[in-house]
Amino acid sequence: MNIIVCIKQVPDTEHLHEVSINPENNTLNRTGIPSIINPFDSNAVEEALRIKEKLGGKVTVITMGPPQAENALRETLAMGADEAILLSDIKLAGSDTLATSVALTRAIEVIGDYDLILFGKQAIDGDTAQVGPEVSELLAIPLITYARRIEILDGKIKVERVLEEGYEVLEAGLPCAVTVTKEINEPRFASMRGILKARKQEILHWNLEKLRLKEEEVGLKGSPTQVIRIFSPPPRPRGEIIEGENTEEKVAGLLAKLKSHRII
Amino acid sequence: MDFELNEEQQLMLEEVKKVCSEKIAPQAEQVEKEGRFPRETLMLLASMDLFGLVIPEEYGGLDMGFLTWSVIAEEISKACATTGLSFGANILCIYPIMAFGNEEQKKKYLTRLAKDSIGAFGLTEPGAGSDAGSVKTQAVKKNGKYYLTGRKIFITNGGEADVYVIIASTDPSRGARGLSAFIVEKDAPGFTIGQHFDKMGFRGLPNVELVLEDCEIPEENLLRREGAGFKVAMETFAAGRIGVGIGALGVAQRALEEAVKYSRERVQFEKPISSFQAVQHLLADMATEIEAARLLLYKAAWLKDQGKPFEKVASMGKYYASRVAMDSTVKAVQIFGGYGYTTDYPVERLMREAKLFEIIEGTSEIQKNIIALKVLKEYK
Ligand SMILES: Cc1cc2nc3c(=O)[nH]c(=O)nc-3n(C[C@H](O)[C@H](O)[C@H](O)COP(=O)(O)OP(=O)(O)OC[C@H]3O[C@@H](n4cnc5c(N)ncnc54)[C@H](O)[C@@H]3O)c2cc1C
Ligand SMILES: Cc1cc2nc3c(=O)[nH]c(=O)nc-3n(C[C@H](O)[C@H](O)[C@H](O)COP(=O)(O)OP(=O)(O)OC[C@H]3O[C@@H](n4cnc5c(N)ncnc54)[C@H](O)[C@@H]3O)c2cc1C
Repeated sequence: MNIIVCIKQVPDTEHLHEVSINPENNTLNRTGIPSIINPFDSNAVEEALRIKEKLGGKVTVITMGPPQAENALRETLAMGADEAILLSDIKLAGSDTLATSVALTRAIEVIGDYDLILFGKQAIDGDTAQVGPEVSELLAIPLITYARRIEILDGKIKVERVLEEGYEVLEAGLPCAVTVTKEINEPRFASMRGILKARKQEILHWNLEKLRLKEEEVGLKGSPTQVIRIFSPPPRPRGEIIEGENTEEKVAGLLAKLKSHRII
Repeated sequence: MDFELNEEQQLMLEEVKKVCSEKIAPQAEQVEKEGRFPRETLMLLASMDLFGLVIPEEYGGLDMGFLTWSVIAEEISKACATTGLSFGANILCIYPIMAFGNEEQKKKYLTRLAKDSIGAFGLTEPGAGSDAGSVKTQAVKKNGKYYLTGRKIFITNGGEADVYVIIASTDPSRGARGLSAFIVEKDAPGFTIGQHFDKMGFRGLPNVELVLEDCEIPEENLLRREGAGFKVAMETFAAGRIGVGIGALGVAQRALEEAVKYSRERVQFEKPISSFQAVQHLLADMATEIEAARLLLYKAAWLKDQGKPFEKVASMGKYYASRVAMDSTVKAVQIFGGYGYTTDYPVERLMREAKLFEIIEGTSEIQKNIIALKVLKEYK
């Protein structure tokens, strides 16, 4: 099994509130905020490692991002991934989900030999949950989203897919793209040996030339999405607590409120 | 001279901090209140290769030395002193085999201890504590086997450990020079666990009586040679003092961090108590003494890693760090006021834990004896 995992480096959740919006150019200001691997992507890496440990093969991790995204890749090497590739080129900057997906797809095509591609269910910053589906579309391979369990049997993949209430079991042929949820596993801590090994391992840097992409296919130019305005949602007003002497009084108060708003 | 951790140490420490905050610290209170041995967290540390930190690579370890071990063990002790001391007691089993074992013994036991076997060291007996040379447990050789008979008490990790190094006498007429060290496996015939000691703190840490009744062990499990036991014990204690000192340091550092946090949050007289100079001075003393203790212990570990004489500085570090742990935890309880005396906050536990470090691995009095002896020789 050759497995490719796409990971994204995101601002640390504990510092997420420090990310500010630059209203001038509608971009996010993340300077000085520590980065982590998108949490769902750690689950994807863990799942890839578990499948490899069971069935053999190779785990390759890719990210598209600035040079410091190397740190995220090195963390996955320390966990046990075999190879890491950083798609980094100034011309990739400003990519929307489509342009990101185009670059990732091309990288996957350059790697060539793959059975399974894993993604997180969504990035905790961009939050669109579009990249996995778009890559599978561009590669024209089956896609299963929101996996909470993956099983590989005789060249096929069986996945439990989380639904609002319960889950469904889906099967697909390989190669296949899967996006994973938190429930699927608990990512391991890196071993010391892994950390020491990862420190010396080479991380491949691929630019547009290596990806055989034209400038206009990616980056700002290759991004049909235009961010018109970006803003923080207004804080939700506090809820109202209906007071009363006893339960009956409170229920009566609630009913009156609902009726007055013509909700019931 | 360079006081900076190298890049490898920093990266390792970062991951250890992560496992400490996510897995080890959250269960510390429970370990204490339920008196539960934290086996899962120890196995988690083992899965991260941390059992083998000082063990040579050829026996499955990482050969990173005692300084790196110290940096990491402080973090573990800070998160959960019980996990830290159990982790530290492994060294008391690893070290004598590393330093005195032959090739066969190292291959057989160090590879296991580097992976996930828990170790223990048994010297103390009802009649032999500070006076370590007065061990009464006897080892008799018959038909290529040794038979050990006697009782060991207070043994850390006892009952949970897979491998024990035990000190016994092969020649009672020679006193301390008649002592020998043996490797004993947990399922050796005639080896059982007796009394569990109920303690002031470290209630999740097993400290038990080992009962040896004609405990049969193969002759090849003798370390070095008959009569080397006292030397094995003294060198093991010397190395172990770095470990115990680091355990104390972790407890002291935790007390400081808890005290700083609380003093900023607690408001009296309309001000956080951290704004009162009397409280600030307590924090300043704690921070200063902790830093000094850390430097002493790091120096001892560094000397050891360089193959230089380290015993004096290790005794200083252990003596000083355990005193600092005691003083700092008392100060922390003071800063917490009445809440500090309740079991709702961790500082009362830290205070109970701190006391142990002044007793084990040679009491503070014994450390001062050792230091004085060295000093009197050094400057004569
Ligand atoms: C309104 C808006 C404004 C934005 N503004 C900025 C900005 O100012 N600055 C900026 O840098 N970016 C910005 N982007 C971010 C960028 O366009 C997206 O982050 C990126 O295309 C991925 O989308 P997502 O974060 O929603 O990921 P999702 O589609 O939610 O991610 C799903 C999964 O896809 C994979 N994946 C996602 N991104 C990558 C990647 N880069 N490499 C490898 N795998 C990946 C991961 O497995 C991830 O779990 C913005 C995006 C939006 C929608
Ligand atoms: C929780 C715990 C864990 C332990 N773990 C282990 C273990 O894993 N393995 C092991 O072998 N042992 C272990 N011990 C035993 C420990 O090392 C001894 O308790 C310690 O060495 C002191 O011995 P003692 O208790 O017999 O005290 P004693 O030797 O009786 O000392 C009593 C008092 O007399 C003082 N004193 C004694 N001799 C002198 C002297 N010459 N000069 C000045 N003062 C002196 C001491 O400092 C002390 O204050 C453990 C003990 C505890 C409580």
